[in-house]
Amino acid sequence: MTELWYDLEPFLQQGTLGLVNGAFYALLSLGLAVIFGMLNVINFAHGAQFMLGAVVAWMLLTYAGIGYWGALLLSPLIVGLLGVVIERTMISRLYKLDHLYGLLLTFGLALIIEGLVRNQYGVSGLPYGVPDAFRMPPVDLGYMLMPAYRFWIVVVSITVCLGTWYAIEKTKLGSYLRAAVERPQLVQAFGVNVPLMMTATYGTGVALAAFAGVLAAPVYSVHPGMGANFIIIVFAVVVIGGMGSIMGSVVSGYALGMIEGFTRVYYPEASATVVFVIMAIVLLVRPAGLFGRA
Amino acid sequence: MLEVRGLEAWYGESHVLHGVDLDVGDGEIVTLLGRNGAGKSTTIKAIMGVVESRKGSIRYNGTETIGLAPDRIARLGIAWCPEERGIFASLTVKENLLLPPEIAPSQVDLDRIYTLFPNLKERLSSPGTKLSGGEQQMLAIARIMRTGAKLMLLDEPTEGLAPVIIQQIGRTVQALKEIGLTVLLVEQNFRFAQKVADRHYVMEHGRIVDMIPRAELEASMDRLHSYLGV
Ligand SMILES: Nc1ncnc2c1ncn2[C@@H]1O[C@H](COP(=O)(O)OP(=O)(O)O)[C@@H](O)[C@H]1O
Ligand SMILES: [Mg+2]
Repeated sequence: MTELWYDLEPFLQQGTLGLVNGAFYALLSLGLAVIFGMLNVINFAHGAQFMLGAVVAWMLLTYAGIGYWGALLLSPLIVGLLGVVIERTMISRLYKLDHLYGLLLTFGLALIIEGLVRNQYGVSGLPYGVPDAFRMPPVDLGYMLMPAYRFWIVVVSITVCLGTWYAIEKTKLGSYLRAAVERPQLVQAFGVNVPLMMTATYGTGVALAAFAGVLAAPVYSVHPGMGANFIIIVFAVVVIGGMGSIMGSVVSGYALGMIEGFTRVYYPEASATVVFVIMAIVLLVRPAGLFGRA
Repeated sequence: MLEVRGLEAWYGESHVLHGVDLDVGDGEIVTLLGRNGAGKSTTIKAIMGVVESRKGSIRYNGTETIGLAPDRIARLGIAWCPEERGIFASLTVKENLLLPPEIAPSQVDLDRIYTLFPNLKERLSSPGTKLSGGEQQMLAIARIMRTGAKLMLLDEPTEGLAPVIIQQIGRTVQALKEIGLTVLLVEQNFRFAQKVADRHYVMEHGRIVDMIPRAELEASMDRLHSYLGV
């Protein structure tokens, strides 16, 4: 029994730590899925908007003295509004064209945003401390001690993901969204302002990325490339879950974070690539993704 | 109530409507007859504002709608039941039914709808597309009845349905008339159209080529048959 426990303990520990990364994968792929479902645009700027969320949190602290809790609210709002402007002025002109144009546009936007931040603040990383409220003893999970802030990340991420899922699947507003994903024209012909919904959806997806960025600021260093590191894996997560599937992206986000953790125990060399191996297998077996509708 | 003049419409390069003129009076049931591909659905879509490009004049209660977006047109009181029915797979029957926003007070409440369509009431929590074809058609009509819209554009509501269900849809159209709604109905099923309509327009190659009031129907049968090729 004790021997089994010795085997199991590192497994659980790494799995739990993997859940922290998974929390970000889930939040980010959720935003991507919502945006893709409604706008049919693969938002390549998602990683840059995540990074911008963290940078704006740092700016709020540095220039305005607004701390973590204020930033958790304000930064998504600010970056989300920027998303609204981007959608209104640029993305909305591409809806009638091929996917590829939206992808190219948002990819360009990502390069611009990252370039601007790099110019202004360099690449070395801006310091953002763990908020005072989390300067407390780690949470005892029985098999490990988990730093309180990381525990918070997982709890918040799960709450936000469940909340978003509930809002989309179970509310009236969500029914408009699901309907507009299927037949935007008919929903508009019922008297719903679908273009406005699309703007709001993009803004919300971007705000979600910025929210994840603020959450990440105290644990990952705040620097222009922080989004790019994540977003490659997140795109793999989205492909595995199924493009546009809300539940799929959330579940695969956490699952892949944990699988990365487990891999770190048994075969550390592969932990950085395991997600892509799984993606390749999923693409072979179920091209529409695990939760996608073919 | 509805005055369409010189309506033209295009899908990309292809010019489909070449100047459609038609009128629908308050409380009337008017059909649009014609062979497949004549442009009936396109006329309906152009009125609703969902074709790629259109030109001409469409006045609804005096308001010019040719430049308006579909949601604005809907809010004036026009509702559309598309040929492909447009039931949402990711919504339950109830969500489908409640989806179109109410744009004006309606005489038709949910109880009335459940009385007209008892099948729907029993299946409220199933996914919309799990219904049979007939039930989906009823759902598609039912959901626009409770919005308070005054003009219903129904595109081939009886297409592919069994006779009993066609009868039920006939009763529904009659019920729409009784509560004072106006209907522009596209139909291939002439026997159905004949029973419910006040007037018939005939379309050919993107134009209205004839108009036959109910009273002249008997006398115009030969003409009509040659239009419809039956
Ligand atoms: N989405 C579309 N794109 C291109 N052409 C279309 C489209 N829909 C209909 N058409 C063409 O427009 C013409 C009129 O079609 P439609 O209005 O659907 O006819 P009807 O409803 O009378 O059968 C047909 O020639 C049809 O092929
Ligand atoms: Mg048609």
